[in-house]
Amino acid sequence: MATEIGGIGVSVKRKEDARFIRGRGNYVDDVKLPGMLYMDIARSPYAHARIKSIDTSKALAIPGVLAVITGKDLVPLKLEWMPTLMSDKQMVLPTDTVLYQAQEVAAVVATERYIAADGVAAIEVDYEPLPVVVDPIKALLPGATIVREDRAQKDNHIWHWEVGDKAGTDKAFADAEVVVKQDIYIPRIHVASIETCGMVASFDKINGKLTVWMTTQAPHAIRTVIALVAGHLGLSEERIRVISPDIGGGFGGKVPVYPGYVLAIGASVLTGHPVKWIEDRSENIQADSFARDYHITAELAAKKDGTMQALRVKTIADHGAFDAAANPSKFPAGLFHVVTGSYPFEKSFVEVDGAYTNKPPGGIAYRCSFRVTEAAFTIERLVDVLALELKKDPAELRMQNFIPPEAFPYKSVLGWEYDSGNYGRALKLAMDKIGYAELRKEQAAKRAKGELMGIGISSFTEIVGAGPSKHFDILGIKMFDSAEIRVHPTGKAMVRLGVKSQGQGHETTFAQIVAEELGLPVGDIAVEEGDTDTAPYGLGTYASRSTPVAGAATALAARKIREKAKLIAAHLLEANPDDIEWKDYKFQVKGVPTKSKTMQEIAFAAYTNHPQGMEPGLEAVDYYDPPNLTYPFGSYICVVDIDKGTGEVKIRRFVAVDDCGTIINPMIVEGQVHGGLTMGLAPALYEQINYDDDGNIQGGNFMDYLLPTAMETPNWELGKTVTPSPHHPIGAKGVGESATVGAPAAIANAVVDALAHLGVRHIDIPITPWKVQKILKENGVAE
Amino acid sequence: MAVQTAPAKTSGTTRMKVHVTVNGEAHDVEVEARILLVHLLRENLGMTGTHIGCDTTNCGACTVLLNGRPVKSCTVFAVQADQMSVATVEGLEKEGKLDPIQEGFHEEHGLQCGFCTPGMMITAAALLTANPDPSELQIRQAISGNLCRCTGYVNIVKSIQYAARKTRETRKEA
Repeated sequence: MATEIGGIGVSVKRKEDARFIRGRGNYVDDVKLPGMLYMDIARSPYAHARIKSIDTSKALAIPGVLAVITGKDLVPLKLEWMPTLMSDKQMVLPTDTVLYQAQEVAAVVATERYIAADGVAAIEVDYEPLPVVVDPIKALLPGATIVREDRAQKDNHIWHWEVGDKAGTDKAFADAEVVVKQDIYIPRIHVASIETCGMVASFDKINGKLTVWMTTQAPHAIRTVIALVAGHLGLSEERIRVISPDIGGGFGGKVPVYPGYVLAIGASVLTGHPVKWIEDRSENIQADSFARDYHITAELAAKKDGTMQALRVKTIADHGAFDAAANPSKFPAGLFHVVTGSYPFEKSFVEVDGAYTNKPPGGIAYRCSFRVTEAAFTIERLVDVLALELKKDPAELRMQNFIPPEAFPYKSVLGWEYDSGNYGRALKLAMDKIGYAELRKEQAAKRAKGELMGIGISSFTEIVGAGPSKHFDILGIKMFDSAEIRVHPTGKAMVRLGVKSQGQGHETTFAQIVAEELGLPVGDIAVEEGDTDTAPYGLGTYASRSTPVAGAATALAARKIREKAKLIAAHLLEANPDDIEWKDYKFQVKGVPTKSKTMQEIAFAAYTNHPQGMEPGLEAVDYYDPPNLTYPFGSYICVVDIDKGTGEVKIRRFVAVDDCGTIINPMIVEGQVHGGLTMGLAPALYEQINYDDDGNIQGGNFMDYLLPTAMETPNWELGKTVTPSPHHPIGAKGVGESATVGAPAAIANAVVDALAHLGVRHIDIPITPWKVQKILKENGVAE
Repeated sequence: MAVQTAPAKTSGTTRMKVHVTVNGEAHDVEVEARILLVHLLRENLGMTGTHIGCDTTNCGACTVLLNGRPVKSCTVFAVQADQMSVATVEGLEKEGKLDPIQEGFHEEHGLQCGFCTPGMMITAAALLTANPDPSELQIRQAISGNLCRCTGYVNIVKSIQYAARKTRETRKEA
């Protein structure tokens, strides 16, 4: 029956495919309005410079250029700065100083896209270069160039954040039998969704209504932000409509508010015309928020027998010139303190210091829930360093230490309550699937012959579904989410949500939740998201929160409808509601299957024959404040071979066993894991954004920033265990990011394992052929 | 800030006439010489199925067939397509019937956000015309100029294998 209606657990083919495979998607750049103008942005070639003058006359002389907006023009409007989500502020346009290369300097509005670009080329800016600091460690030294002269505090330190028992942890380390310590740099990377960011802003001067089509993962929050930033100019929230149309991948990069959005809105208000702004790739990859950039020192204390006891982590976080990360307010380092991972440490202390540098804002996610990849990579790498120190098999060391299944719900030493887990079962399944024991034998034989083969494990625990209102808010707005369901008289349903798909398949999976709860066929349920004029308020899709939060809201809204439907069924069946039961997706008189009513019959009655005294209609809305986060987990095993000539790492096999609780659509979950693994492979072996000492970006386009192609990406092998979340209405945990979180450590551990006999303990990602070849040469084994 | 009130419509650059056949339909368009083929399709002809992802011929979101050969339309001038035929994603479905490639992408979950999908399917179409029975490696090589950030390529490969199989079976039946 679940299969017939397309309920939970069925691989329903995606509804949204129909338009995409025909080229009929509606992305922001596809929106065209009458009289629409185009905006383009002039950007700084310098990482730090004083603006002596801006000459816009040549640009304005170009036929078709209508306006040039500079920072000085924004001052009377009080729009030259905007607040960030992290209690910092960010320049919309600079009035006197630029703080990173590719920073916005001026906006040109023109009748055509190409003319706007001509205008940008014709703007003449006289810069006086200033000293540059790109290394956050140097930025925190006394006497360092100060990035943010606008602040009262005259250094580059943003904040210090710590959690845990420092004295107790220090004592545990002092008393420990074994201590391992590892410096780990997790470099700056960019999500690089294939669609860049953009907006069409349309301000109607007559009724004062602003409508924007925007690449945003969080349309409702953005509406509130616009009202807060520009409320003083008369843009009030009921007259702001944010539409997030089809989104060509988000991964965290479409959560922040970028200056271009503010400028496009300003340009529309100014000109009275709709204005389109679409980034090109180099703007996207050079100026939009970056992920990671964590300089970590991690230490683990253990007994000689391998029992892990204490974890101490110190980190310097490079946030660039503005702290424009998109973390919940309380957590400037995100959820990094899930760093104790899958292990029951008795003591732990974690501290993070944020630093300003002359780089674009950093600290957003890269398909991961608020710094969880940084945490998972640190602990999973460190466990392997301990295994090498103790000469223990890394699988055995993990099995020995895992939080046992009977310990759940498990309270971690740093304060999280893990909802459910069975880590040993997932690792055992991964080991069986890949043939772990045989691979170790093969490795020993190969090593004897001088061949380089490695096996790497990562048994990660994620923390997603932000989050409970007690701890989680963005700009004070609690991180609940919402669903509204309307069942029409003919038994068809419309579902609207506060989240927004960027490829995750919400139109299908959320319809499946409703199908399961109400017994309506999945094809009869339409899902609509991303229009703030119609959808209920929610915080959006990122940090794997759609299923844990909006999915729960959907199930609960459906259950509210079912409660009402039960009363209508009793009325129709002339029975007492207490004698009515929900069975086989219908209401029936208890024990009498012949006396039953389908949801379609009940829906019709809700509008045509409802019980007297009851409100007509059949709809419900639910705002869900999750009682806890969810904790998906998994065990990944990677096998690599290393070319001794080139240093190239070749992934031979990769087995990923994931546990995301209840699975709504197995096909979509597999697709999410495939994509997540590829975005785990990317930073492990290929992607990194570097800067030279002058702050020039190295790799600011797709010719230099290496996204994995089909040739680098292996044929991922998947497995699963199912450990439902006890607090989620359908037991689901979320899966979109697990693989991105778990994969990098498995790959790095495999490469280190292949080279461990040479004394290698760690290699910073991305593990490029150059880095490997250097190690091979130093050890005299390069060919 | 200076704002001009009377928009002028000329840019002063050379304009040229282009005769191009897109998905079998002939178009005569006058464009600036510098206009890219992808902008001719998207802006002048209003066919927004072809996407722009990188501007540097790396991502392949803008792939179309030019006289049957896959090209990245973000680095081809519109005038270079003069007197030529262009095939885009909008032309894959014929007489209300999906191409086996479109069917394959749906059946095998070969797309997520859908942004790379048109270029990916057009590249696949060119591959299957040249090689109706490609190996997995040949498929991976063929699409290595098309980047996808969502799917990890596994299901894209399966989608193209589905299309190849289906096309061969249909030919046999015929």
